[in-house]
Formats: sequence, C-alpha cells, structure tokens
Amino acid sequence: MIEVVYFAWVRERIGLPRERVETTARTVAELVEELKAREERYALAFSDLSALRVAVDQELTGFDASLAGAREVAFFPPMTGG
Amino acid sequence: MQEAVKNRGREEQGAGERVRVQREDFDPGRELDMLARGATDIGAVVSFTGVVRDLPGTLHYMEIEHYPAMTAPAIEAMVAEAVGRWRLGACRVIHRYGRLKPGERIMMVATAAPHRVAAFEAAQFLMDYLKSRAPFWKKEVAAEGARWVEARDADEDALKRW
Repeated sequence: MIEVVYFAWVRERIGLPRERVETTARTVAELVEELKAREERYALAFSDLSALRVAVDQELTGFDASLAGAREVAFFPPMTGG
Repeated sequence: MQEAVKNRGREEQGAGERVRVQREDFDPGRELDMLARGATDIGAVVSFTGVVRDLPGTLHYMEIEHYPAMTAPAIEAMVAEAVGRWRLGACRVIHRYGRLKPGERIMMVATAAPHRVAAFEAAQFLMDYLKSRAPFWKKEVAAEGARWVEARDADEDALKRW
C-alpha cells in the first residue's frame, strides 16, 4: 500500500487530493503506468510527464526512482513559490 | 562568556523558528527587528518581500496551495545551505498559503551577515530556490476565469548560477 497525493491541476484533473493505492510497481514510472491504465482522468493527468514533478516521501526525485520502502508519492506541476 | 552573550540573540530566535509556513499575515518590520537582535557581529541585514500583483487590474485573489508534509523541511534545507555557504548570522523565511488578495504579502526572506555581499547573495539564492523548489502552487482567480500560474523557464535557469 502506498499513499499517492496530488497537487494543483493534477489534483483537479484526477479529482481527489490523495488516495491509498495497492501496487506492485517498483518505480515511480511503473506506478504512473498502473494509474494511467485505470481511467481516462488519470491518463489525461499523466499524458505529459515533462509537465510533472514527483516527490517520494517528500523528497523531489525523478520518474525512474525506486519505490522500495516508499510510503508516499506526490505528483504535481512545477512549483511556483516565492 | 562574551561569545555566549553575543550569540544569545540568534539562539532566542530558535532553530525551528527560522522557517514559517502560515496562513496569517506577518509584520516585516517586526521580523527584521527581531532577526539579529543582540548580535554584534552582524553588519548587514537584507530582506525581500513578495506581494500579490495585479497588473491588469482583474485579479480577484490568488489561492496558494502547498504540500504541508514537505514545505517546511524543504525550505529548512535551503536555509541550512544558505547559512553554511554565506556564513549567515541569522536567516528567516516566511511563506503564506491560502487565499490572498492583490497587495497582500505572500512571503519574506531576510538574511543577516557580517557583510552586505553575503547577505544579498544568500537572499537571492533563497529566492531563486523558493521559486522553483519549494512545493507551492499559485492559482489566479480573475474576472476572466481561473488559471494556475505556470513555472517559467527563466526561474529554472536562475538556479544554474548557484
């Protein structure tokens, strides 16, 4: 089980802020593929990965990152702080 | 002993206090006043305050969303790097979230160092990193509709100089 959280337009497109996902994915990229296969709204949200950023357990990382031992994965657009 | 007195100001500010993520407004004057109070080895205090801008005059408000579990730790890591790299005597980052109207303060960075170059550079470093690496997202709600503010390539490029 892994907690998947979404922010900004990713959250709006998928339609929920977080969910628990039963997965066998070994990497973020595999998790994305599983999610995309679920429903159209996921496929839409993840259609262009270059427009997305990912954090595993609150650390920014890449889509090739391992999910071994991970508790939380967050997907969001490039940040706009400041 | 003298060293202990000299350092008291920054210890009182508390390590956990140098980064604050909050809904409420803050008082920049008071923050600057408190920043290096009691320290006698500070020669320069630099600050930047970000404000909600509305150039077309159509913005109703800005909604700032963030990733609560990640925001403060991510900013704390940036502050730790800035403090070490520019040997800052004190540093403060305050960033608001929630619904903010045009003219309202969004955030503030303040740095204190023995010399001004270090204070200026550290403040710019923190601003550049906050812009692209702190997990905040801004949505502008205006007369013509709502839109997420997009990250600019120039902001990402700004990180390269550090």
